[in-house]
Amino acid sequence: MVSLLPTPHPKERRLIFANISKPGYAPDIENYLAHGGYEALKKALGMKPAEIIDAVKASNLRGRGGAAFPTGVKWGFIRHDDGKPHYIVVNGDESEPGTFKDRYILHQDPHQLIEGLAISAFATNVHLAYIYIRCEFPKAAKIVWEAIKEAKARGYLGKNILGSGFDLDIFVHQGAGAYICGEETSLIESLEGKRPYPRIKPPYFPAVLGLYMKPTIVNNVETLCHVKHIISMGPEEFAKMGSPGDGGTRTMCVSGDVRRPGFYEIPCGGVTLGELIHDVCGGMKPGRQLKAVIPGGSSAKVLRAGEVFKMKTKGPDGQMAEKDVPLLDLVMDASSLMAAGSMIGSAGVMVMDDSRDMVWALNNLNQFYAHESCGQCTPCREGSLWMSKVTTRILDEGARPDDAKNLKGIADNIAGRTVCAFGEACSWPTQSFLAKFPDEFEKRVK
Amino acid sequence: MIATTTRQADSLTPGFISEADELVSHYPVSKRSASLPLLHLWQNHFGFIDDSGVEWIAARLDLTPVNILELVTFYPWFRREQAGKTIIRVCRTLACALAGGYEVKEKFCQAVGLDPHCEHHGYGHAPPTTADGNFSVEFVECLASCGSAPVALINDDLVENISPGDVQSIVDSYK
Ligand SMILES: Cc1cc2nc3c(=O)[nH]c(=O)nc-3n(C[C@H](O)[C@H](O)[C@H](O)COP(=O)(O)O)c2cc1C
Ligand code: SF4
Ligand code: FES
Repeated sequence: MVSLLPTPHPKERRLIFANISKPGYAPDIENYLAHGGYEALKKALGMKPAEIIDAVKASNLRGRGGAAFPTGVKWGFIRHDDGKPHYIVVNGDESEPGTFKDRYILHQDPHQLIEGLAISAFATNVHLAYIYIRCEFPKAAKIVWEAIKEAKARGYLGKNILGSGFDLDIFVHQGAGAYICGEETSLIESLEGKRPYPRIKPPYFPAVLGLYMKPTIVNNVETLCHVKHIISMGPEEFAKMGSPGDGGTRTMCVSGDVRRPGFYEIPCGGVTLGELIHDVCGGMKPGRQLKAVIPGGSSAKVLRAGEVFKMKTKGPDGQMAEKDVPLLDLVMDASSLMAAGSMIGSAGVMVMDDSRDMVWALNNLNQFYAHESCGQCTPCREGSLWMSKVTTRILDEGARPDDAKNLKGIADNIAGRTVCAFGEACSWPTQSFLAKFPDEFEKRVK
Repeated sequence: MIATTTRQADSLTPGFISEADELVSHYPVSKRSASLPLLHLWQNHFGFIDDSGVEWIAARLDLTPVNILELVTFYPWFRREQAGKTIIRVCRTLACALAGGYEVKEKFCQAVGLDPHCEHHGYGHAPPTTADGNFSVEFVECLASCGSAPVALINDDLVENISPGDVQSIVDSYK
């Protein structure tokens, strides 16, 4: 079992993972209460809902599910008194390759999520919420169910929570093995019992026409856990921990060719990529050099060792200046990775060393996307399959002279032409591997 | 639809039916939302979902059978045929593949006596299963445990950091 480092790395600051992997820490409510559990909920119930939303806005919390959308802004789309029922759906589908953080929250600290969710529901006038958990976490579903029952028995859920007059019911809903259900509108269709084809936006923004066509907030498991800490410590302190516009800590999952893969919790912008790989994760395997990094889950564009990015930064004189930033000096936050042409996404960092074949790696990802396309849009359904077939053929038989051009053509004709962002997610790997490692494709031409 | 000789729905117990009704009660706004929970309940109970299951669930939720069948054919988790008593789902995706997941999957096939290159064709078929019905082995996509790659989900247990040499003893522990 990977576990957290027994003592946090100096770069770490643990809020979400404060109790995870701690010897003797169990997921039951007694234990949670003994660790100060549900105090933030008590505090929140004494606040006005609008104050909580303002606090989340001021905290600069961004969603941890992949799109890094500011959480307070998302909540602000819900009109508290529009007379409609509102819902929250927690996204615990965690299926983006490279991402493995929600797993530990759901299995080891379910009350943290329930507390964050209850506060969020109170803020947005929600009385019915679902926690969508992928079915490949069968034990987590049982653990979260049990935690819901415990919380209800103690008056933290159900009718008239802690005498506040606020009611909330939560149910667990299990997925059935489809990655696309992590996309928020697919998740909603799945929860409605329909074939989970994503809905087109506009008009189906969940905050407007979500679950049962009512205003709905979809948030990632980790995002909602952060809400608890924002209320406990206050939004200013939370914001201060992170970088401008990206508050708090972020759990980072590192996999691949580093000595110490695992999950770490680091203030947003608190490490550079080089520090993460070489310091926190103990560096590359013996005798190996870095070759490529996918920084934010498999859909994020790949970055090549040795790349230098031109970035605008504020100099000491307050003037914006263009600066050369080498790959390893990239700050791991939402804005820096966007400026480098990739994304922080779900912070699933996949590291590959110089022994790796980039066509092979791309083919592995292409097979994933070909398998997971929901099939609703032709460019994605056909294109993801073609990309996978072409890269498989290149591996088996060598490349034809125009394979690289054709692959790029397929990918370019998917992104931007589909119902959901899976279209981008499946074309970005091909586009970026071709752009960053053209030599590896060329050398296979026969 | 796949023909079966016995109808699963003929052997439902009152306990099963009250469990189903409990699940439906979790969805006060729309019964249809209980489709996936009922399919899980059915598959966990019977091992797979036959025509009578599709029809029974549809009727319970005031739907037509195709509303349920279109879920069974969409989601990789559901199947229309019996699988092995122990299902070994090895992760195929990048972090696991980098750490030797393909070799681990081959070793699992060999250890239970399946062709290492057997493929799972989806569409409701069971994954490749041994003749004695004890084991199925298949590749699945990322199991969200990439930091301890390669991993496999064996029934409800996540097994991590699997080295090819461990495979035989892992299999033996499920015999
Ligand atoms: C193809 C696809 C898969 C996704 N998978 C997940 C997922 O597994 N978990 C998740 O939280 N968000 C996932 N998302 C993002 C969600 O659509 C949504 O943005 C997120 O749950 C919102 O929560 P947040 O604002 O708290 O990040 C996915 C998006 C796409 C396009
Ligand atoms: S982009 Fe792909 S996954 Fe998204 S709706 Fe279209 S076919 Fe489905
Ligand atoms: S790639 Fe195997 S668990 Fe994520």
